[in-house]
Amino acid sequence: MAVLVYAESLTGSIKKSALEAVTYGKLAADALGTECIALTIGKADGAASLGQYGASKVYNVSTADNNFDSQVYAAVVADAAQKLGADTVVFSHSSTGKSLAGRVAIRLEAGLVTSVLTAPTNGFEVKKGVFSGKGFATYSISSANRVVTIAPNTFRPNASGSDATVETLDVAVPAGRVKVTGQATVDGVVPLPEAELVVSAGRGMKGPENWGMIEEMATILGATTACSRPVADIDWRPHHEHVGQTGVAIRPNLYIAVGISGAIQHLAGVNQSKVIVVINKDPEAPFFKAADYGVVGDLFDVVPRLNEALKKFKANN
Amino acid sequence: MKLLVCVSQTPDTTTKVKFSADNTAFDTNGVQYIMNPYDEWYALVRALELKEQLGGSVTLFHVGPKENETVIRKGLAIGADSAVRVDAVASSATFVAKQVAAYAKAENFDVVFMGKETIDYNGSEVPALTAELLDMPFISYANNLKMEGNSATLSREIEGGKETMEVDTPFVVSCAKDMAEQRIPNMRGIMMAKRKPINVIAAVAAEDLATIVRYDYPPEKTGVKLIDPENMDELVNLLHNEAKVI
Ligand SMILES: Cc1cc2nc3c(=O)[nH]c(=O)nc-3n(C[C@H](O)[C@H](O)[C@H](O)COP(=O)(O)OP(=O)(O)OC[C@H]3O[C@@H](n4cnc5c(N)ncnc54)[C@H](O)[C@@H]3O)c2cc1C
Repeated sequence: MAVLVYAESLTGSIKKSALEAVTYGKLAADALGTECIALTIGKADGAASLGQYGASKVYNVSTADNNFDSQVYAAVVADAAQKLGADTVVFSHSSTGKSLAGRVAIRLEAGLVTSVLTAPTNGFEVKKGVFSGKGFATYSISSANRVVTIAPNTFRPNASGSDATVETLDVAVPAGRVKVTGQATVDGVVPLPEAELVVSAGRGMKGPENWGMIEEMATILGATTACSRPVADIDWRPHHEHVGQTGVAIRPNLYIAVGISGAIQHLAGVNQSKVIVVINKDPEAPFFKAADYGVVGDLFDVVPRLNEALKKFKANN
Repeated sequence: MKLLVCVSQTPDTTTKVKFSADNTAFDTNGVQYIMNPYDEWYALVRALELKEQLGGSVTLFHVGPKENETVIRKGLAIGADSAVRVDAVASSATFVAKQVAAYAKAENFDVVFMGKETIDYNGSEVPALTAELLDMPFISYANNLKMEGNSATLSREIEGGKETMEVDTPFVVSCAKDMAEQRIPNMRGIMMAKRKPINVIAAVAAEDLATIVRYDYPPEKTGVKLIDPENMDELVNLLHNEAKVI
């Protein structure tokens, strides 16, 4: 019974999160003693490369367009799983994966766990973060079929091996009821949930006009910018940058927090970052307790100095 | 418009999370509960706005024991017309979705509203499970919803941007930030809520297919390394050579 990975390609080509999903699918298949196969729906440039990340075969179901309707896509994925003899289905924990996983779980009468952090062990036990990062829970799935979504930035794709063959799979594509009318994404910026480096700032910045140095740091590092909630609420920064318990939850390699106090609700969304750097003038700021590296100082002095140091480093590396 | 809003209760955001001594249960001692913020701030308020604009009714739906009625009363105080409580412990997402679907199937709701996720188990599971059980279209992470007749125009969060779409009722929507602005219940609302009906119903049988066997705490931070604010080269050096993240 194979592991089937749905590899997203809503913009017409395979996404980075799909590489992570296949990387996970291969780990799961190894743990379960089976093979990992990948499924793409519609146009999916780069599908063959999924072989380099562990898919022994890639199937494509062709559609007239890449119009995302969870009802249609879920029917296709569930039918494909049955046709291909897969008992485990893997999705990215993305806006697409989250819309599909529950639907496919119902169709396959499968147990569902979302945003998992580990490959299955001990039958089918997987770990995930709960209480917005304040704890972990290990779930056991008892049903014969299983559906999981995998946490972003957790299973690093490493290309090895060769391309897989892409075969067309004959699955009926039902008519949909949702008509996608537009898509707008900011080009050239890694979306927050996928970002490995994040530079974030809070109310300590005093006003939106001072964000130039934060954007400069992000540009030097190739990082994505984020912010605390009050800063988004008063429209100093766009809402999609708001991280924390009621914003985006992230787990980058590096999180640099500038002028953010480290309230419990803020920490909840960022405390799974691998390395945290805090810049704050108040040595008592709670964020220092959650930090790996701290700089106690006025951000208006420290950040320009850090930017210079980073530029020097980048020039030499 | 006949609107259903599913609400969950979650520990208050300032809760210090503790587990039982054998790490198999969440320790609820001293925990204060609130309505899940996404359900309250976005799903409920947007439903109320649509009712105000187009007429109709807003019904709250909650799966939980009697002591959870405080949260339901708050939803009624904010403006919902009535509530349904399934008298059972919400033991898993699948269990909850099956309760919503069993109730909603016969009631012909135009829109089933939910929050995008709960802030305790962060599953984001119930909305999609319910939509499939009801055989309805599903829009996740919606941050805008407009209705005209029985057609809706929505936008939703996608990685790094947004997507817009159209769909006719009935459908399920999970709500994210920007969908609406939080409403604080006023005195009149609180008084009126006391007289609004809460219809208590029994659960339908549903198996938990995924159960929690163990909890763990996040690894403790070993302590912050403070760096001289005059010496940012040192910070860069540590990030490169010690932490190896740049
Ligand atoms: C239900 C609920 C949910 C919430 N969800 C979230 C959430 O998801 N995300 C979130 O971020 N918040 C959330 N909050 C809000 C949270 O409680 C805090 O209010 C918020 O995180 C504080 O933002 P801040 O750190 O930017 O501002 P502040 O707390 O005002 O901190 C500003 C910091 O900047 C420092 N500072 C000031 N000037 C300088 C300077 N010149 N140089 C260096 N440092 C300086 C100060 O010392 C201070 O530590 C939530 C609150 C509630 C009640």
